[in-house]
Amino acid sequence: MYTFSSKLKTLSFILMAVGLLGIGYGFLNAPKDIQEVEILLAAESHGEHGAAQHEESKVADDAHGAAHHEQAKVSHEDGEHTKHLNHVLHQLQNKPWAALYVACIFFMLISMGVLAFYAIQQVAQAGWSPVLFRVMQGITAYLPYGSAIFFFILILCGLHFNHLFIWLDPEVVAHDELIANKASYLNFPFWIIRAAIFLIGWNLYRFYSAKNCVAQDEANDNLFYKKNFKMSAGFLVFFIVSESIMSWDWIMSVDPHWFSTLFGWYVFASFFVSGITTIALVTVYLKSKGYLEYVNTSHIHDLAKFMFGISIFWTYLWFSQFMLIWYADIPEEITYFITRIQLYNLPFFGAVVMNFVFPLLILLNTDFKRLSWVIVMAGTVILAGHYVDFFNMIMPGTVGDRWFIGVPEISSVLFFLGLFIFAVFTALTKTPLLPKRNPFIEESKHFHY
Amino acid sequence: MSNKVIYAIYNDDDILMDAVKKTRAAHHHIEEVFTPFPVHGLDKAMGLAPTRLAICSFIYGCIGISFATWMMNFVMIQDWPQDIGGKPSFSYIENMPAFVPIMFEMTVFFAAHLMVITFYMRSKLWPFKEAENPDVRTTDDHFLMEVAVNDNEEALVSFFQGTGAVEVKVIEKH
Repeated sequence: MYTFSSKLKTLSFILMAVGLLGIGYGFLNAPKDIQEVEILLAAESHGEHGAAQHEESKVADDAHGAAHHEQAKVSHEDGEHTKHLNHVLHQLQNKPWAALYVACIFFMLISMGVLAFYAIQQVAQAGWSPVLFRVMQGITAYLPYGSAIFFFILILCGLHFNHLFIWLDPEVVAHDELIANKASYLNFPFWIIRAAIFLIGWNLYRFYSAKNCVAQDEANDNLFYKKNFKMSAGFLVFFIVSESIMSWDWIMSVDPHWFSTLFGWYVFASFFVSGITTIALVTVYLKSKGYLEYVNTSHIHDLAKFMFGISIFWTYLWFSQFMLIWYADIPEEITYFITRIQLYNLPFFGAVVMNFVFPLLILLNTDFKRLSWVIVMAGTVILAGHYVDFFNMIMPGTVGDRWFIGVPEISSVLFFLGLFIFAVFTALTKTPLLPKRNPFIEESKHFHY
Repeated sequence: MSNKVIYAIYNDDDILMDAVKKTRAAHHHIEEVFTPFPVHGLDKAMGLAPTRLAICSFIYGCIGISFATWMMNFVMIQDWPQDIGGKPSFSYIENMPAFVPIMFEMTVFFAAHLMVITFYMRSKLWPFKEAENPDVRTTDDHFLMEVAVNDNEEALVSFFQGTGAVEVKVIEKH
């Protein structure tokens, strides 16, 4: 049995406390009305820079609403100015919300990535991984907490506490034909019911699969194992459908004017590799504390191969999505990448370096894949890289050019990291770390590569 | 001086593995082992150095991507930078996404083919090469270990008979 070290517990509480303080600071620091935004803009733009920025946004506004051209000049300028201020106000007010949202969905999807990996291992009857099943179940124990908070945030979005999803604003939908056309899909009741079904479905699988796995320990036959096998197969079918829709609902609808076909796969690759990396990191940690007797460097090697392979799979999808849109350059699609390349240049391309170039060069070597410190280093970079990836997906549609990785963003990550560590390592103390009667456990104990 | 070798023939890979370990422990020099199929762990038991083919392949891949980059930069950007369907041919980086599929394929092509050729050269394989079977059965169901003899013929023969060999032959090698 694993005992939660008091040091780690304290660390998780500190992370949560610091995170909460920072999140609160972020909300208090967001401007309340247009006057504050005006002062803020005046302070940060002395003359030319501000004027240029203003001009730029005016061009953008003009492009959006071409009907407003050639009106009475003075009133037009005034109207444009308040419009711009309102725009910036919404972006700045979105900042702490978007920071919370990105961190929340990122950690929740990490545990989903682990759950998907776990289900695949069950269905594939993998001979190497059963010694890691309890670690995976421990990590997915974050899912109920993560999904509860996430669902709560979705409801707050629906109650107009923020402007994360502009299609939730009836005022916007009334003036936007493109969004109005999608209203039969993008409307709050349908959207929240979908979210509830997906989250409940995932949590049910997690709960019963872990329960059966423990029950199998005490059983005399393999009935619970077979049940888990069938349930995992069913879950994977449900998962791939719900995952696709989830990615449209929770991520792509942040930019409701834009759509991409392979988006669901792309999001999946991103959190799947993060999930595998988290398994590797937790395994390396528990092994270093002496809790995983039968885990050897071959198991670590296999996890590292998955980290490496799925990193490249993510890059393949990232590039496929980018290159197809870049190549054809259709105006209604390319805006998505123009915003990102112009305003988010470093995060946009930095994510490719962190999620592709770094793992490619580090994890290519067989010997490196067996070294704990290489796994920890590569894993840290991959996780940070995929946080940036989610940041790139959400931020441009919510805060636009007002992005910054500052107090609200970092504290949100710290809060959810603390909660994640607490939930995961508490769950790990609940069951023995080695399944007893899994049909493949002997093979897994003696696995070597 | 005569150039004698011992052919110890086995009919099971487990027995062969044990024999190889015993031979190594007794410090007899194994010249070669012939098997009909790959025996897992045989190279480790024989103490062979790990292969460096993967390192070669990585280098070939680097050459491939460099060649692809150089070629397309020369053709599309330097030599005749035409406007083809509005693609920006002002610098390599501006039009790079269009070149990536070729860069990728060239990397794989170079890495794969040059590695295979390296393998053929290092293991001396080519068409019309004369086969080096010491015993035809080794391609079907027998395993053969070849050990050099230095004036200790009788001791060696009895040693190999003790390792479970189905047949031990002393051969004059030319």
